[in-house]
Amino acid sequence: MSDEAIAVFQVEARENLELIEQGLLDLLDRPEDRDLVDAVFRGLHTLKGSGSMFGFDALAGFTHHCETAFDRVRKGEVAATTDLVSAVLAARDHMRRLMEDPSGDHGAAGDLLLADLERAVREADGAAPAPVAPGQTTWRIRFDLPANAFKNGSNPLALLAEMRDLGEARVVVDTSRVPPLGQIEPTDHYLAWDVTLTTDQGRAAIEDVFIFVIDDMNLTIEALDETAPDAGVLDQAASDEIVTAQTEAVVPAPLVAAPAANEPADAGVAKTAKTAESVRVPADRLDELMDRVGELVIAQSRLSQIAHSGVDTALRAVSEEIERLSGELRDTMMVLRMVPVATLFGRFRRLVHDLARETGKAIELSTDGETTEIDKTVIERLADPLVHLIRNAADHGLETAEDRAAAGKPATGRIRLSAHQSGGEVVITIRDDGRGIDRDRVRAKAEAQGLIEAGASLTDHELLQMIFHPGFSTAAAVTNLSGRGVGMDVVKRTIEALRGSIDIASRPGEGSEVSLRIPLTLAIIDGLLVRVGNGRYVIPLGAVEECLELSLDEDMRSRGRSFISLRNSLVPFLRLREMFDTGTQPELHQKVVVVSTGEERIGLVVDQIIGDHQTVIKSMSKLHAGLATFSGATILGDGSVALILDVGHLVALGQQQEAQMRAAV
Amino acid sequence: MTASILTVDDSPSIRVALKIALTNAGYSVAEAGNGAEGIEKAKASAFDLIITDLNMPVMDGLTMIEEMRRMPDQMGVPIVFLTTESDEGMKARAKAAGATGWLTKPFDPDQLVRIAKKVLGR
Repeated sequence: MSDEAIAVFQVEARENLELIEQGLLDLLDRPEDRDLVDAVFRGLHTLKGSGSMFGFDALAGFTHHCETAFDRVRKGEVAATTDLVSAVLAARDHMRRLMEDPSGDHGAAGDLLLADLERAVREADGAAPAPVAPGQTTWRIRFDLPANAFKNGSNPLALLAEMRDLGEARVVVDTSRVPPLGQIEPTDHYLAWDVTLTTDQGRAAIEDVFIFVIDDMNLTIEALDETAPDAGVLDQAASDEIVTAQTEAVVPAPLVAAPAANEPADAGVAKTAKTAESVRVPADRLDELMDRVGELVIAQSRLSQIAHSGVDTALRAVSEEIERLSGELRDTMMVLRMVPVATLFGRFRRLVHDLARETGKAIELSTDGETTEIDKTVIERLADPLVHLIRNAADHGLETAEDRAAAGKPATGRIRLSAHQSGGEVVITIRDDGRGIDRDRVRAKAEAQGLIEAGASLTDHELLQMIFHPGFSTAAAVTNLSGRGVGMDVVKRTIEALRGSIDIASRPGEGSEVSLRIPLTLAIIDGLLVRVGNGRYVIPLGAVEECLELSLDEDMRSRGRSFISLRNSLVPFLRLREMFDTGTQPELHQKVVVVSTGEERIGLVVDQIIGDHQTVIKSMSKLHAGLATFSGATILGDGSVALILDVGHLVALGQQQEAQMRAAV
Repeated sequence: MTASILTVDDSPSIRVALKIALTNAGYSVAEAGNGAEGIEKAKASAFDLIITDLNMPVMDGLTMIEEMRRMPDQMGVPIVFLTTESDEGMKARAKAAGATGWLTKPFDPDQLVRIAKKVLGR
């Protein structure tokens, strides 16, 4: 060490010793002053450190002992008694000697002084205020850093690591101030943190972590729970709960865990809660609420459109929050309206019983999936079609006991009703183990009715579809039960009005199965928003199979023949632009949306596919009730109206067109 | 990997003291005698930390910090300056210039290494 450096040290050490002396003298007058205690401690600490750095080992060693003793005063373990302060003052004078004359032999004198000091500390020990138990404290620390933190070399990870060194830390980052990508300044700092730290260290230790940035940042340190000596440490589960609550909600969760469950008061509460498990609500109130939720969903979609057209991130954040909330509200609302199909299936026991008596057939009804839930309104509207289908099964499907015996079947005919949920739809099937549909009779009937040309070649599926034609009935004799002019066409129309689809499968001799696919709810659908000409339309997403491109060339080539080839099968398509008479020119690249109802599918040619859109269905006015092409209307985010396409009708139209085309060929 | 530290001080004794303490703690140390020299050294090789005095001839520490923060390569490099406890005004000016932290003189090797670790994050 150069003489120059040592000289510098000595100058500084003298100053430091002056400060220590002043501090100690003041402390004699004001022994409670924490600032004075801290100042003296700092002085001792610095002197020790610089002493060792510049080779003043005796000074550093002696000062170290004084520092250790005085540290107890600083920690509040012992009081700054006159005796103790005097002993430190004497020690300070000794430090001065050690500094000015480092080579002298001061060891013995030093030992005496230290013994004196130790005695003073011991005596002060009793006079000290009750020591604070060094329990653990959980702190909640929120901080951000100045924007130029990165530029100035601050390292947030280092700060977090330092906090982890203090104790058990849970760190949650807050990215809410991060601007959109286009506005990010790569050298700027935007993050903030929320740290839950359980440590035996005090507030000062936490503040120390931030010492270099504390003046330029927002820092809040709150003690969440100072555990009393007998309360033990905040358990992990509780602190996890706090952290989770903090991440999930802005509202701080109550800290105290739920009181013990065996308290009588609690038992009472639990009991009340149990009896209040269900509340009867008039159905129209639910409908009203549904309407409001519908309006909210529309308003929210306008809000999110506005929010996403700007760069206001705060607005966007709020909009996304509202989107999430209204989505959850909608889902909750849906669940409220859901009733198990058991309420519907239950009615059919009596029906089957009556049918068995009237037909003289032994019929057994079995049901399955009664817990499947479906919208209340849908359930009500399903009752009639199901009655019809069950009647059909009992009357036409199931054979008489003799016929069954002849066919080697058990005497009792079976009708099986089952329901299950599949995505956003509920599938209800009615199956019987009867004779199945007689294709020849269907064909004969269809020809007789002029529905098909005599000898026309039809697939089995197409032939079965005939029974859905208006007025079609194969029953040779009109019985009391079925065949009263209310045919399968009515069933089909009812199901389609529910935006559902119907399909039939049948094996001769083994029975038939009719399946209904019904959307879970009528009020809100997921739709595909498309543009045709200048108008926008919604296609129920459940009906959409795929979207294809139709180039102008292809469109030209296919003109007159409205088919597209889709994986080796020809799918007829409808040009909505022509159907709606938009008066606009076709786009260079039109799109074909392939939609289906059960087995039948057609393509709808649109100008543009805008995207998926959650749609609240508004019914059409009476004036427009005759418009079969549309099943309703909805309000878009920008406030304009879009019509909802009736896929069932369009598919029928497409098939009809196809049939005409074939007839013409 | 050993972190490399550049110390900038016009006083050779302080530089020696810094070097001994930092080398003992396992860091590799380079030295510069003033701000201008510090910038040259920093341009020549990248440092993980720069410890600088403020009051120096040729180019003082404040100017050096300001200059470095304008250099894309030096932006974000932690810079710790040496100061005396009484000099609050200087501390504020150095922070405004872009310093990362400070070390109060006089200091002992433990304090020095603790600050280096704190700023380096390791």
